[in-house]
Amino acid sequence: MTTHATPRPGDPAITPALVAEHGITPDEYDRVVAMLGRTPTLTEIGIISALWSEHCSYKHSRPVLKTLPTQAPWVLQGPGENAGVIAIGDGLAVAFKIESHNHPSAVEPYQGAATGVGGILRDVFTMGARPIAMLNSLRFGSLDTPRVRYLVAGVVNGIGDYGNCVGIPTVAGDVMFDAAYEGNPLVNAMCVGLLREEELIRAKAEGVGNPIIAVGARTGRDGIHGASFASEDLSEENEAKRPRVQVGDPFTEKLLLEASLELIRSGHIVAIQDMGAAGLTSSSAEMAERGDVGVTIDTTKVPVREAGMTPYEILLSESQERMLVVATRGREAEVKAILAKWDLVAEVIGEVIAEPVYRVTEGDRVVAEFPGTRLVTDCPQYHPEARESEAAIARRTRDVASISERPEEIDPIWTLTRLLEAPTIASKRWIHRQYDSTVRTSTVAGPGHADAAVIRIRGTRKAIAVKTDCNGRYVYLDPRVGGRIAVAEAARNVACTGATPRAITNCLNFGNPKKPEVFFQFREAVYGMGDACRALETPVTGGNVSLYNENPQGAVYPTPTIGMVGVLEDAAHATRMTFTTTGDAILLLGEPREELGGSEYLAWIHGTVAGAPPACDLDAERALTGAILEAIRAGHVRSAHDCSEGGLAVALAESCIADETSPLGAEIDLSSWATLSRRALLFGETQGRIVVSTADADAVTAIATRHGVPVRRIGTVRPAADGLSLQIGTTRWTAPLDQLADAYHGAIPRAMSRAAAESVVAEGAA
Amino acid sequence: MKVGVVSFPGSNCDEDALLAIVERLHESAVLLWHKDHDLQGADVVILPGGFSYGDYLRSGAIARFSPIMQEVVAHARRGGPVVGICNGFQIACEAGLLPGALLRNVSLQFRSMPVTLRVETTQTVFTHAARTGARLTMPIAHGDGRYTADAETLARLEGEGQVVFRYIDAHGEPTEAANPNGSMRNIAGVCNPGGTVVGMMPHPERALEPLLGSTDGLVLFESLLTSVKA
Repeated sequence: MTTHATPRPGDPAITPALVAEHGITPDEYDRVVAMLGRTPTLTEIGIISALWSEHCSYKHSRPVLKTLPTQAPWVLQGPGENAGVIAIGDGLAVAFKIESHNHPSAVEPYQGAATGVGGILRDVFTMGARPIAMLNSLRFGSLDTPRVRYLVAGVVNGIGDYGNCVGIPTVAGDVMFDAAYEGNPLVNAMCVGLLREEELIRAKAEGVGNPIIAVGARTGRDGIHGASFASEDLSEENEAKRPRVQVGDPFTEKLLLEASLELIRSGHIVAIQDMGAAGLTSSSAEMAERGDVGVTIDTTKVPVREAGMTPYEILLSESQERMLVVATRGREAEVKAILAKWDLVAEVIGEVIAEPVYRVTEGDRVVAEFPGTRLVTDCPQYHPEARESEAAIARRTRDVASISERPEEIDPIWTLTRLLEAPTIASKRWIHRQYDSTVRTSTVAGPGHADAAVIRIRGTRKAIAVKTDCNGRYVYLDPRVGGRIAVAEAARNVACTGATPRAITNCLNFGNPKKPEVFFQFREAVYGMGDACRALETPVTGGNVSLYNENPQGAVYPTPTIGMVGVLEDAAHATRMTFTTTGDAILLLGEPREELGGSEYLAWIHGTVAGAPPACDLDAERALTGAILEAIRAGHVRSAHDCSEGGLAVALAESCIADETSPLGAEIDLSSWATLSRRALLFGETQGRIVVSTADADAVTAIATRHGVPVRRIGTVRPAADGLSLQIGTTRWTAPLDQLADAYHGAIPRAMSRAAAESVVAEGAA
Repeated sequence: MKVGVVSFPGSNCDEDALLAIVERLHESAVLLWHKDHDLQGADVVILPGGFSYGDYLRSGAIARFSPIMQEVVAHARRGGPVVGICNGFQIACEAGLLPGALLRNVSLQFRSMPVTLRVETTQTVFTHAARTGARLTMPIAHGDGRYTADAETLARLEGEGQVVFRYIDAHGEPTEAANPNGSMRNIAGVCNPGGTVVGMMPHPERALEPLLGSTDGLVLFESLLTSVKA
């Protein structure tokens, strides 16, 4: 079919330069012309630039993403909707999704992070779920630079102000610091919501004649081209793109949340979707595509903040706190009444039509018209070249064992203390004490207490455990192994709290996919994730791809952040990471190996990111998860903590001191592994290991053995005054707990108070 | 006992307070809509936490003008019990039900953490069942919690026994280190002269179950029972 659209008076001519400015390649432009059978209008160019941006179209990533496993009996909704949904029993389900707001946060950290939280909340409550928990996965450069400290302070403040105001507890996450993220911080926000299975609603336009209604905040000129902005590298010029960052209003979000849930439960609507990236354009086009129907929208009906906005601006605005709703015909008044109760606007702006066309009008004038759903389905897919970079190979194959120890390392307590103050390892309390983690009165284990957060499900005995994770260094050094570890570690974290890992969402943060070395990282990391998801039976239910995380200095570490959800059948099984009782036996499940590659030890103590990352044996991980879950459910486990950055010594120290109010000591003997190098034994990051404290070592040992998991008693919980003592062979070192605690709890506050002092100086100077 | 919990636009602890009454005390509770003028026969009114009207002007400053607040103020004037928690404390101060004001935390940051309180008086509807000097642990979660009043008001509050709770350290002392927000004299909660209106920044409704780490808030809600039924 041919379509018709009329340029508006004053529209510029469609030139190659204008097309290029919209990020549309000559080949893509030719496809548009072929689809339309004519030259597109400016409005149509704007629509294409948004929907065919990487952010909306996944044009470089989709073929690879299709290899991920997405099925399990408990998966109610896989990828392709606003959020994934899994059943948790008792007729209940959990909706969850993670999404990036990296580019906006790099130029305007407070609003960038705040609107990231707002967007992911809307993705979850548009599924009919009430949000019950938020998580954040953050990556920054070195805390030594003022710019990074400014970004940390702004991002944390933005996340806190938004989530605190809406009243959703922020309960977990992960934060890492490495120079690789200097120019491109990563801000990934995850939301988890609860719903009854029958309340699940999808964003699929249906029913010819049904009205399309814009709901919530009015549309303004903010955030225009945000999706395209997120689909290019950052440069000096991006400071000038600050107006592309939206401004959040958590109070309106809270009203929109309540109104949307009321609307969904009223039965007056058939579909609802957030107007997120690319605003009205993507929400309307995607809803039409899912329902395989036509839609027509009149931009003069859209409630706007200011007069004189063009269809182009209205379609591409990313003003926050807006929803697009398809209602049942004849129920318009009821829909408006519900919105009015919450002091929000609702206006009919279009309708679902039988004619297979995506049409935008400005009053009577058709300004954009695309045939059928081809606007979404005709976007090209790319299969870029993939080749591992020589630099990464050189780093991986470097012999890290030959790196000589620093003189101070003669005392491993010195090394342990330094590692505890490494910002990646140190307590993140400075961050999470700015987040309300206890609102909604369901937080069983909040930030800093357990390997994952635990949220009870009211009205049942159940709880869920949630965690984000990814070590980008491992992925850089070996993308396939790193991708496996990201999933395996998130699963291990969730299992350490007593929860069965069930499913993941992911946020794939990479550089420019047109570079072969970046696309290699992407493809291999996704393959690695797929390996682990299949082995651990944690399918992917959705997520987000964020490419072009690079600047003239280079790309970020490839960082496929995993958001894992697990289920505890009994909330009373929730297990923390800290020792609880003097005299308990301390056991290590899993086995140390001679592995130092990619470790925080090498990075922080030796300034080196090199070597092969630790091996990831997925059969062993699966056995380990089974063993720890059985031991916890049998009531034998007092604490469980996985070994990750900083290795066994850091895990033991954390189990002693992470709970500031009740530290406990430990007497540890690692002589069984005296043949390993001391630093690999203490600080190597061999996977598949959990430190357990128990009153019944024999029972835990029997369970682990039955699961085929190596297990050994390595020590005993002691009073705090005894400190943490480590013995290898005939040598014993003892660290006073206050020394370790000061390093661990004091490092980030000390670094950030420097930032506060700087801002006072800056204000004084101004 | 019937408790009315006010829902302002932006309240986010209203459901928590309602569930505290229904699930933990097994008493009846209703949500009171901010646009209404009806307390629905509530014996006790709770002004819950949250960010009423976004708190964009000043915490609690707009909520005091809502229709339901006229009824809450009238209820308080009749000697009816009113408890303000967090944002509810700020609203009660703005509405003139309690003396003083809650300013930005001295750290200029939001604070979410457990604190320990000392009960300074049992002569209130919310501490009747507690013991003077009792130590209670429960969460705080606020950005504007720095209790502030002029010297005369402070002297009166101290003299008349209107300081209800103070932040204390592990040794039971109201030290600067124990003060999470810079409140004058470590004040965490105050009451009106009759002890019928109580406001506090910490969240007792979040400390009612062992599963959530503390049951120290129970004695406060139980105080409401004895106050109303007496």
